[in-house]
Amino acid sequence: MDVIFARLCEAFVINCELFFVTLLFAIPLGLVICFGARSKFKPLAWLIKTFVWVIRGTPLMLQVIIFFFVPGLLKVNYGINIPTFGRFSGAAVAFVINYACYFSEIYRGGIDSIPKGQYEAGEVLGMTKSQIFFKVTLMQLIKRIIPPMGNEIITLVKDTSLARIISNKEIIMMANEYTSKGLIWPLFSTGLFFLVFVGALTLLFGYIERKMDYFR
Amino acid sequence: MAILEVHNIEKHFGPTRVLEDISFELKRGQALAIIGSSGSGKTTLLRCLNFLETPNKGTISVEGKVIFDAADPSTQKESEVRKKRLHFGMVFQSFNLFPQYTALENVTLASKLLAKEREDYKQNKNRILMEIEAEGKALLDRMGLADRADHYPHQLSGGQQQRVAIARALALHPDILCFDEPTSALDPELTGEVLKVIRSLADQKTTMIIVTHEMAFARDVADQVIFMDGGVIVEQGPAQQVIDHPVQERTKQFLSRYAEN
Ligand SMILES: Nc1ncnc2c1ncn2[C@@H]1O[C@H](COP(=O)(O)OP(=O)(O)O)[C@@H](O)[C@H]1O
Ligand SMILES: [Mg+2]
Repeated sequence: MDVIFARLCEAFVINCELFFVTLLFAIPLGLVICFGARSKFKPLAWLIKTFVWVIRGTPLMLQVIIFFFVPGLLKVNYGINIPTFGRFSGAAVAFVINYACYFSEIYRGGIDSIPKGQYEAGEVLGMTKSQIFFKVTLMQLIKRIIPPMGNEIITLVKDTSLARIISNKEIIMMANEYTSKGLIWPLFSTGLFFLVFVGALTLLFGYIERKMDYFR
Repeated sequence: MAILEVHNIEKHFGPTRVLEDISFELKRGQALAIIGSSGSGKTTLLRCLNFLETPNKGTISVEGKVIFDAADPSTQKESEVRKKRLHFGMVFQSFNLFPQYTALENVTLASKLLAKEREDYKQNKNRILMEIEAEGKALLDRMGLADRADHYPHQLSGGQQQRVAIARALALHPDILCFDEPTSALDPELTGEVLKVIRSLADQKTTMIIVTHEMAFARDVADQVIFMDGGVIVEQGPAQQVIDHPVQERTKQFLSRYAEN
């Protein structure tokens, strides 16, 4: 039993790695996508909006498969030479792009929800555009996006197990090996890993939300 | 000499002409009230003065110097607009306080940011910041809010918020302070405290432009009154004359609706 538990822990490291890598890259990339979609150059904005629509409108699992297999197939079938991804990096790239699109929508909602009067009040007080962003709107933006970001990040924890579709040995895949040997408890115990992780995140987001409760 | 001269301002949004041939002058230390029914272009006019809208025609001069000329793009440079709009202060109908800052921080934020552009900022940083802080407190005191300095906007009543907004505008020492219906978003029992503050500013000879629906207040406090309708100035003159003895038919009609209430 100790051995099985140790191996489950080991496998959960993959879930955790995918989780943190996705956050690390998707949070800033989401900002880039958000600004791109708001660009004054309409073709770019249109292109990016379409891209976000496709990514949000198709299953993450499909995207993981495509990022992993398609570069190799293009090379074999058409001689097109684009870099291929390993098992982990393929999953990571798909996750980063997928979550960046979701985050960009959250940022957009946050930016749109800040009243125009806040910008105008800053302007008539002689502030520069960047002063208005950093000193006036940024905090309000963060406060507004924390709850939806929290939801999305909790979904990400559970989504990491999708990486098994391209044979990443994450925790559910590992537990499943025992199921096929007739042992059922490892599979159930994976739920505990997720519950603990999600529980910690819930506490963390609750704490941040309370910290920002001093203003409305 | 007039501190503010506005000549032939015209503004349209697409095909709709919102301001047409707006011209008036304002002397230092005087208060000008702008009255008129909703949609007549009063807000747009104040926004033009504060560079929140760019007029399609006309000029705006402060102390004899042209700060805006629709025909001369060199007067509309982004970098200079930021400095020029400091001639004007703006108090919005909806206050627009910054929710994450206390009353005092709201009042001092812009001054502190502007101070960074001073050449002696690095040497005298602490002294400069302390002066700004002290001035902010003094301003809140003048607004009767000395004990509310550390409150956040959501902890204040509408009337208190609007007074913080007035202090915030005064902190930058504008030549001309503009009010856009400062009491329209307030419950009737709270309008008095804001009007009282504006009245005291008038007594201290603050140069002001006040868009308002409070006719009695306009007559008592303002030196000049402009009546606008459909984007044009229908009538302007000394406050008591325009409100008590209007000449134009449209002004009479507008004012009679207030007399009934
Ligand atoms: N940004 C805008 N775009 C189009 N029309 C506008 C805009 N701002 C104001 N208007 C129009 O201009 C007219 C005058 O508006 P406003 O200046 O707000 O009048 P007031 O403050 O006297 O009520 C209204 O008909 C309004 O619909
Ligand atoms: Mg208005």
